[in-house]
Amino acid sequence: MPPTIAVDRLWKVFGPKAGKVVGTPLADLSRAELRARTGCLAAVRDVSFQVEPGEVFVVMGLSGSGKSTLVRCLTRLIEPTSGEVHIDGEPVRAMSPKRLRELRRHGVAMVFQHFGLLPHRQVVDNIAYGLEIQGVGKAERHRRAAEVLSLVGLDGHEHQYPDQLSGGMQQRVGLARALATDPAVLLFDEPFSALDPLIRRDMQAEVRRLHAEVGKTLVFITHDLAEALTLGDRIAVMRDGRLVQVGTPEELVGAPADDYVADFVREVPRADVLTLRWITRPARPDEVLADQPLPAGTVIRDTIERVLRAPHPIPVVDGDERLGVVDREQLLPALIGHRPPVPA
Amino acid sequence: MSATVTDARVPVAAPGEDAPAPGPRRPLPGRRLLVPLLLLVTAGVYLAVRTSAPADGDGAAARFFGELRDWVDANRDTSPLFLYGFNYLRLGVSLLVDAIHGALYGLGWAGLVTAAGALAAVVAGWRTALLAVAGFLSFGVLGLWEESVDTLVLTLSAVLLAVLIGVPLGVLAARVPAVGAALRPVLDVMQIMPTFAYLAPMTLLFLIGSPAATIATLIYAIPPAIRITALGIGEVPAATVEAATALGSTRWQLLGKVRLPLARPTIVLAVNQAIMMALSMVVVTALIDAPGLGQTIVQALERVNVGAAFDAGLAIVVMAVVLDRITTRAAHRAAPTVHRSVRVRAVGPLVALAVVVAVTVLGRMSSWGAEFPAAWRASFAVPVNEATRWVEFHWYDATEALKNAVSAVLLDPIETVLTTTPWWLFLVAVLIFGALASGPRAAVVAGLAVAGVQALGLWQHAMQTLATVLVATVATMVFGVLFGVLGARHDRFARVLRPVLDAAQTMPSFVYLLPAVALFGASRFTAIVAAVIYAVPPVVRLVERGVRDVPATVVEAAVSAGSTPRQLLWKVQLPMARRGLLLAANQGIVMVLAMVVVGGLVGAGALGYDVVAGFAQREDFGRGLAAGFAIVLLGVLLDRLTQGAGRRADHDRLRQPAT
Repeated sequence: MPPTIAVDRLWKVFGPKAGKVVGTPLADLSRAELRARTGCLAAVRDVSFQVEPGEVFVVMGLSGSGKSTLVRCLTRLIEPTSGEVHIDGEPVRAMSPKRLRELRRHGVAMVFQHFGLLPHRQVVDNIAYGLEIQGVGKAERHRRAAEVLSLVGLDGHEHQYPDQLSGGMQQRVGLARALATDPAVLLFDEPFSALDPLIRRDMQAEVRRLHAEVGKTLVFITHDLAEALTLGDRIAVMRDGRLVQVGTPEELVGAPADDYVADFVREVPRADVLTLRWITRPARPDEVLADQPLPAGTVIRDTIERVLRAPHPIPVVDGDERLGVVDREQLLPALIGHRPPVPA
Repeated sequence: MSATVTDARVPVAAPGEDAPAPGPRRPLPGRRLLVPLLLLVTAGVYLAVRTSAPADGDGAAARFFGELRDWVDANRDTSPLFLYGFNYLRLGVSLLVDAIHGALYGLGWAGLVTAAGALAAVVAGWRTALLAVAGFLSFGVLGLWEESVDTLVLTLSAVLLAVLIGVPLGVLAARVPAVGAALRPVLDVMQIMPTFAYLAPMTLLFLIGSPAATIATLIYAIPPAIRITALGIGEVPAATVEAATALGSTRWQLLGKVRLPLARPTIVLAVNQAIMMALSMVVVTALIDAPGLGQTIVQALERVNVGAAFDAGLAIVVMAVVLDRITTRAAHRAAPTVHRSVRVRAVGPLVALAVVVAVTVLGRMSSWGAEFPAAWRASFAVPVNEATRWVEFHWYDATEALKNAVSAVLLDPIETVLTTTPWWLFLVAVLIFGALASGPRAAVVAGLAVAGVQALGLWQHAMQTLATVLVATVATMVFGVLFGVLGARHDRFARVLRPVLDAAQTMPSFVYLLPAVALFGASRFTAIVAAVIYAVPPVVRLVERGVRDVPATVVEAAVSAGSTPRQLLWKVQLPMARRGLLLAANQGIVMVLAMVVVGGLVGAGALGYDVVAGFAQREDFGRGLAAGFAIVLLGVLLDRLTQGAGRRADHDRLRQPAT
């Protein structure tokens, strides 16, 4: 099965001579140097990654890191400068305008930071917009809109207008609009950044629930590390247009690729993210061990009580294989320290 | 603009610096002396070379235009250009006018009044509907029913065409950069052209009468339709367009389902502006024999019968107010934040239509529907004429003294200087001072305009008109800045001022001649007074906005530093409102020119008179047409010289993509 999304050496350069940067020595310059020399801005630089079916893939970075440009390149809302994007094995850059529209109508839907709702349409007609432009009849598209409306918990708001809803509810409408066409892939461009923290948490839970219920592939852009760790199966960290690291949350926290990522994850409570795998040590030959082993994939926080109470070190196993042992000495640094441990 | 000024002054203000050392940012040390020096030199050259003012003869240009007209008249039915071009255009427009004429008259007076009310009720609400019914009834009451309907027919025809052509062009201008860039200078020139200048070429191409009047009105009304539509389309939020694109909308779906609906309130405003411009122009087209209220006014003005003109003027104002209220309310209602129930939206128009049909049928079947009941008639002509006579009798000394004083102190000296300046000296002065004030490009355009006026052979008349314009502009700016600053500083004054300004800005220019004629009879000074009354409202508005737009934080800082209100005004608010003031001056001067030329009807002479005479007498046609072009060139000259920073800012707003 091919990956749902495959991005290969993707570049996006804005500016007067954008086409003449990639493949020349200019491409090796840093972003600031390139800007000074040519007036071009390299928003996305040589980015490659793959997203598997059903995965939640988070792209994280500060503002200006190129993440919003990257996600727009996936469906050519912004035309990439070079490189390739495959969606379900099909090259996106080779698509005719008609085929591209088909992709946007049926394959990939997007949720935006500023919602982008149509103020002159009622909620139900906003949600049905995608079906309307496909030529779906009114009765059918309203039926479908009502379905997704209750999926996002907005029953009874069909006939209101966007400006009568709160920000959180407006974004639920944006989410429903994206779901209405039943796409296989959903792209989220910082969808919750404009919302209050409490509502943001609700919406994150909503996305997790929807992902569990409808099982779509999600690409999620955010600048909020907590959001990335909560939602992401894998996280890609972007800086100045490049991918610095792609990995699971625990890989990022446990083994940051460079100081930039390390700086990012410094404040993360390690015990909440890391699993036992990161803190086991080899058992000493004469050591007495506890009887009941712990699986290596258990998050550290969930083992604290048992490890602290156990009179002996506890073996850590991955299936049948014993990786090592864990005891209080191993636990404490993960609870209090920022020293990067090394995986077993 | 203000930023660069501040930058340039920073080093001068730096403490501990005795002699200003030459630096890259410092203005030239002689810059301050340059302007007075140049003025002195210009004055000296003028004294040395001034000429006695020779009267304008029939120049080569006038003769050429005369011959052109003879040729056109001889070949109107044979030249392919006319046979397959202009004549068809004329025919098409005349069919449209006839159709609308037939429709409005077919309704009968009762049907038309009801239709106006019903339309207002559907698009603007029942209050506006009451206003519309009362307004339309008043046309009949004033005894001007047919004249009013004729004016309405021409206005609607021109607006219909302006919207049909202007809205698509506006969309194109906003969406296709090349079209926008090509249209901008054309619209610029069209907007500064005084109403009078359109008329003569129209008669040349389309003869006189309704079709020519409709096309002249169309040309006058179309720039705001294009500009405002482009503005509305450009202001559609990019996020919304992007979201619709991401869902797979085609370009036409984006236009039809996103851009146009979101720009709808702005487009309705564009229609509103087109209607107001059209109404103002339709009245002027009476000069090329268009029927309607304009005829009544022109005839009354020619006989200085203020009373008769007053009724017609009142009817125009009422029509302007009714049409303005309907379209402004409709624009408010078109806003996406206004939500009305679906049922009202569906049933309302049907009910309205049924009522109109019923009243029309009733009116046509009964005898009272044939003509507006004479018993309801009322006229202000007699009391107004009595009041005018009373004013003439009691205020004559005062108004005459004012008129003479202004003439002797301002008008005559300026006119003498301008008319005795050789044209080449004037050209050089325009180039030099234009370059200093508005940059070399603007100066070159202005210089070309000057040369053009000379080439048209109407130098003396152009200079006389210019003198009148300058005096009127000074007066306009004095009153405008005074009221504008008062309005910006006193909220209560602003509240009183605003409805007055609103009303003033909806009135067609012709109406402003009436009070001026009533007070000062037919003279050059009358045109000045009319021009000042006409141009002050927008100037007041721009000045007030400029002063009010000064950031509250800056004002607060100045107040907390202990500024008196006077210091606050002179040291903070006025300097920071400079752009608003420049824009106001530019707007004021263009409007003044338009009105001064219309003043040709009431004895202002010079170019305006040439144009009027060109319509009246065949042998003067060439000269009239030349005068029309000279007016346009004067407009370009004044506009370029005063464009400053303000206009540019407006253009940038149109060009800017929505973010």
